[in-house]
Amino acid sequence: MSYPAEALDLLLDPAVWGGADGLGARTLEHLGYSLLAVGLSAAIALPLGFAVGHFGRGRNVVVASSGVVRALPTLGLLTLVALFTGLGLLAPMVALVVLAVPSVLAGAYAGIESVDPRTVDAARAQGMSRWQVLTTVQIPLGLPLIVGGIRLATLQVVGTAILAAYVGAGGLGAPLFLGLRTYDYPLLLAASAVVILLALVLDLAFEIAQRLLRRLPGLR
Amino acid sequence: MDWVFENRAHIASLTLAHLGLSLPAILLAFVLSLPVAIAANRVRPLREVIVSGTGLLYAVPSLPLFIVLPVLLGTGVRDRANVIVALVLFGMALMVRSAADAFDSVPAEARLSATAQGYSRWGRFWAVDLPLAAGPLLAGLRVVSVSTISLVTVSAVLGVQSLGSLFTDGFQRGIVPSIVSGVVITALLALVLDLLLSALGRFAMPWLRTGERSPR
Repeated sequence: MSYPAEALDLLLDPAVWGGADGLGARTLEHLGYSLLAVGLSAAIALPLGFAVGHFGRGRNVVVASSGVVRALPTLGLLTLVALFTGLGLLAPMVALVVLAVPSVLAGAYAGIESVDPRTVDAARAQGMSRWQVLTTVQIPLGLPLIVGGIRLATLQVVGTAILAAYVGAGGLGAPLFLGLRTYDYPLLLAASAVVILLALVLDLAFEIAQRLLRRLPGLR
Repeated sequence: MDWVFENRAHIASLTLAHLGLSLPAILLAFVLSLPVAIAANRVRPLREVIVSGTGLLYAVPSLPLFIVLPVLLGTGVRDRANVIVALVLFGMALMVRSAADAFDSVPAEARLSATAQGYSRWGRFWAVDLPLAAGPLLAGLRVVSVSTISLVTVSAVLGVQSLGSLFTDGFQRGIVPSIVSGVVITALLALVLDLLLSALGRFAMPWLRTGERSPR
């Protein structure tokens, strides 16, 4: 039987999915890592991006430093941090957050900047405070781009979270590396397929969310 | 620093291997994206399908693609060729959209007047479309080059030699300088290539030299 067919057999086998070490648990773990990493990077990057977009200052610094951060290879960062923190989840989290921050940041300030300055001026002229302008005008109107940044970050993180298993954490990388080391190509393919599917499903979820956002009253 | 100095030959050969994987991939991704983008622009109803379709490729995580491709192509997992193929696909995922947008940004008046002056489609492409779209095309190419240089390192966990091998070896043997030098050289390579491309753009497109116009 060919490898793809064997991989499909594996994926259709309930025994492969169950258990503490099964694909089901690994998928949830993978999703958990990804959401945690995206959540952490949003907590860092959104306020920063909003501030840059709102005040219109520091943009060059942010663009230049995210350029440098983007050029850092994730695998290098991961292995480097892991040498100091030891095996486990800390090193992958650091690497994934560093990977995700530039995308979220770019979406955040681009979203705020995309709002028509006349709208912002009008809001100010109505007597809104800076905080009100940001939270009730700029963030809602910039939401499509802001969510776009988070979407891109999520995709990057879901794909890269595989590397967590390289330094001893779990996730879908665990069966993948197991398959790689033992030349178990069906397992390798099956685990890869689940990661790809997970990424496509998340991307689709974001696509739907973004379409719904565009339909919200006042956001057209 | 001692470690780097003692292993300079090894590092140099890995750097060459890295370039050997990434440069062909960047070039191919760029060259192959142009006809796809032009076709997408010409056949309007297909545009969204082609552009989003190739964009969707980018949603496919890199490491699984490095693994799935060889099994589908029938090559070995550690074969350099399928790393290049995967990198080309990733590059195209980014490049097709920027190329389609770049050619779309050429003013219709310019193209119409070129046609009115007697340019054939082929002649107009070289003399009008390409030069006018060159700015955004170059911007797209620079994004592809930076991301490809960085992406190559991931293939090291499969056992393909590149600067990424400095990470995997360094991690397994606990050599911090190995990883640090890998990170620094990878980032430097990306930077140097980016500067080269930008210089090439200034040289080849003197009409873009005046003023800043990068609405990003």
